[in-house]
Amino acid sequence: MSFEVQRPAPVPTDASGDVPEGPVDRRTARALGRRTWPQRLRVPSVHGIWRQPAVVVALVIVVGWLAVAAFATLIAPADPIAQSPDVYAAPSAAHPFGTDELGRDVLSRVLHGARLSLPLAFVIVLGSLAVGGLLGLVAGYLGRVADEVIMRVTDLFFAFPQIILAMAVSAAFGPSTRNAVLALILVSWPTYTRVIRSAVLSIRGSDYLAASRMLGVGPVTALRRDVVPNSVGPAVVLATLELGNAVLMLAALSFLGLGPRPPAPEWGAMIAGGSRDLSMWWVSVFPGLAILTVVLAFNVLGDALRDRLDPRHAKGLS
Amino acid sequence: MTRLLDVQDLAVALPAAGGGTVPVIHHASLHVDEGEIVGIAGESGSGKSMTAQALLGLLPDGAQVRGTARLDGTDLLALRGAQWNTVRGKQVAMVFQDATSALHPMLTIGRQLTEHMRLHLGLDKRAANRRAAELLDRVRIPEPERTLKAYSHQFSGGMRQRVAIAAALACNPRLLIADEPTTALDVTVQAGILELLDELRRDMGLSVLFITHDLGVLAALTSRSYVFYAGRVMEQAPTTDLLLDPRHPYTAALLRARPHADDSWGAAGTRGTHALTTIPGTPATPATAGPGCPFAPRCAFREDRCTDAPPPLLTVAPGRGAACVVQPDLHEVPA
Amino acid sequence: MTTTPPSGGAPARDRWRGVTHAARYISRRIAITLTLLLGVTVMTFLIVQAVPGDAASANLSETALNDPEVVAAYRAKWGLDQPLPVQYWVYLTNVLQGDLGISQQTGRSVLGDLLTYVPATLEIALPSMLLAVVIGTAVGLYAAVHHDRTGDQVVRVGTLVGLSTPSFWLSLVVLYVFFYLLGVSPSGGRLSTWIVPPERVTGMTTVDAALAGRWDVWWDAVQHLALPVLVLTTLTVAVLTRFVRSAMLEVLDADYIRAARAKGLPERTILRRHVLRAGLVPVITVSGLAFASLLSGTVLVEQIFGWPGVGQYAYRAASGLDMPAIMGVSLFVALVYTAVNLGVDLLYGVIDPRIRVS
Repeated sequence: MSFEVQRPAPVPTDASGDVPEGPVDRRTARALGRRTWPQRLRVPSVHGIWRQPAVVVALVIVVGWLAVAAFATLIAPADPIAQSPDVYAAPSAAHPFGTDELGRDVLSRVLHGARLSLPLAFVIVLGSLAVGGLLGLVAGYLGRVADEVIMRVTDLFFAFPQIILAMAVSAAFGPSTRNAVLALILVSWPTYTRVIRSAVLSIRGSDYLAASRMLGVGPVTALRRDVVPNSVGPAVVLATLELGNAVLMLAALSFLGLGPRPPAPEWGAMIAGGSRDLSMWWVSVFPGLAILTVVLAFNVLGDALRDRLDPRHAKGLS
Repeated sequence: MTRLLDVQDLAVALPAAGGGTVPVIHHASLHVDEGEIVGIAGESGSGKSMTAQALLGLLPDGAQVRGTARLDGTDLLALRGAQWNTVRGKQVAMVFQDATSALHPMLTIGRQLTEHMRLHLGLDKRAANRRAAELLDRVRIPEPERTLKAYSHQFSGGMRQRVAIAAALACNPRLLIADEPTTALDVTVQAGILELLDELRRDMGLSVLFITHDLGVLAALTSRSYVFYAGRVMEQAPTTDLLLDPRHPYTAALLRARPHADDSWGAAGTRGTHALTTIPGTPATPATAGPGCPFAPRCAFREDRCTDAPPPLLTVAPGRGAACVVQPDLHEVPA
Repeated sequence: MTTTPPSGGAPARDRWRGVTHAARYISRRIAITLTLLLGVTVMTFLIVQAVPGDAASANLSETALNDPEVVAAYRAKWGLDQPLPVQYWVYLTNVLQGDLGISQQTGRSVLGDLLTYVPATLEIALPSMLLAVVIGTAVGLYAAVHHDRTGDQVVRVGTLVGLSTPSFWLSLVVLYVFFYLLGVSPSGGRLSTWIVPPERVTGMTTVDAALAGRWDVWWDAVQHLALPVLVLTTLTVAVLTRFVRSAMLEVLDADYIRAARAKGLPERTILRRHVLRAGLVPVITVSGLAFASLLSGTVLVEQIFGWPGVGQYAYRAASGLDMPAIMGVSLFVALVYTAVNLGVDLLYGVIDPRIRVS
């Protein structure tokens, strides 16, 4: 844990006698009878997170895919939608990932797929964060009726498995990229609302905020200075984990034919294409691996961030 | 009196976050005689609870423990893994600070009272239940038979602590380690628990190692006490002597910082002042203390030699020790 | 969750209060569930409103749309010329009478379709859930006990990979391996084509075959079940294991576990009696949640294994823009989900003495 350990201070302290204290293991801190809650509420740091090899690998993967998305037109060996008579060619030097049922180069399609999945995942996450985060702030900070109404609505959304609701909504809107994204925002915001609300509630209930209120800090100032910054940690953690989820859900919708329209090289749609003939394994294996690596990298990053930033979820309770 | 527990040079270090270890106890020695209630006093972080956990092998994984702790000739600190189970509960039992969290929320009181009885004493279910009911009666819980079928949430804090004490006593342990058992309780409830412990000592010859941060509790219950600071024993003396005539500047400072109307130290002291004095500076921890006396930075009687090496526990009177090389006249507080 | 405030007196005095407390708890949970279901109908109703154009055009097949009489009858039945709240009321009363509309694709009532397909889904969902709970609890407990050691690291990485794998892709991979490469598994469906299905009693082939005493059919059905169950179990285990691990870590860190150790109980006893018991409540909670993710998983998995369940029905409905069917499936799944959660809540009462009738 990177949190400053609360010093046992039964007697008034004198700053000059302050000796910096090394970081203490969580269990150690607990065994010492200290709480690992920061002395002052503040946005905890991600310092030292890069020392974990898994985090470094995950970051390399994410940056790698972002680079692919940015430069796909330059690195892809072929046009992702150009058909050729060379259908279902097994992986070879000319087509490292083979070709699909229309003779399109799978490698080029996988690389171009990053241009769809990654930006769309970010749009989905930012959209749900904006909607859900705002509602969570309102519910947590205002409480009472606003809280009750907002939380009952999220309950409603949680009664539907996300993919089924997303499927129904994008089917209702009509299948297209834009509608898939809208549908996914519509089904994901409640998660953000719950997380942000509980973060706000835990800050609102803190002695620290009570003390600052007694010192005459106004509600708006408190919101800006204490509540929002302290909700950033949980929000960042959730957003990172949800990036992976957004990639997965988008692929699932496309797989069902409810995402970007053909011939767009969407990974989920490519897997659907490959499912027509099992013996041509390369058509669906490579886009699947693309999804797997991206999602795994986001999940590893989100997990590591959660261990750092979100004490309530430090043990992976999500 | 025969010596029951003899701890020599106990040192404990716990794993630190970025690898390595943090020291929490430096060379602490203490002993408990049979039928004696011995106190360990100190602020949080002084290592007093760590001592208790070390004596039962309950330290977190990766903790390094050195020294010896002989209980009837068996060195507790040399025990490994399942070997502990011949000592825990049977020879040495423990009562925790917060009985609410120390009792399993989903097992009946009866289950928690009898499971180790059946294991250690080989009792069958009926005999164990009968004994459990007796124990509950012993710790003055009304309707013991019914209580056996109840769950901990159905009781008040004081009652829970009584249940926890009954569970600790279930296998007739030689030594009871009580880690701040009254801290979480109201003062009146606390008095009842202290009375109970003293009664158990008198009637059953129970030995108790009582850990507290409350000097009043120390005075009420214990015959001998150790004062811990930053993982070291600062002073060791019969409790009455310790409280009336402290020999270590830290003990004296602690007593002066006590908000008490009938402050015994103040009354016995030359000044007779009841003003509340604070100890300047921040409490040191074993990890942050310098090479010398850990209290030196805050000590009014500090001399240059104090910061050179940790002071040994010097015998200052028969049966008394103080880890202070200066040995000042504590009645004269320097301005 | 509410807990009774600690009472100083003997537990017996609380007995009556315990009964009323439990009754209040149960009725409160049921009331919440009913309100939630009402909300669910509002939501499915609103989704249909989102369909561009007329609800009739969204809900009727093209041939039906060409028949003005059918369209008029449809409008009258669903009150389409009425204001929205009235339309909702009509929708609600129809739904409450079990009328979920007619599927455009099958031409049959959606309710009838659901009743046909649900047993097939249950046949793969239930064993997967059961396996996942058993495996997830065991592995999660193992990882928690070996916290931060190699075993735990392997479990953490493994479950993350599981969470990151698209279910539909994993289905294709296992199908490729076990059917195409190894040839040990059928390619899909519920029974081999040459087998006459057993008489339909429960709709679950394995159960029906067993009831009919046709064990060769039963074995064939089990072989067909294996791969979808494998995929669903894998994905659910990933979710459950992570949760069990963190729940058990919390329990292992609790004072009452240290107290149990201080009593000299063997580690195995502590794990079995104390840790598992306390960890059960969070495990049950998350099992309810995991069931939802499992149901979502069936949508895609059934499609690939040609498994004629609700998932495939939903897929066909979505890809064919069969709105009545989509609404029906959504309602059904939400119903199952809230029912499962209600069950979980009531189960709490049985397991946790803090809620239980004393």
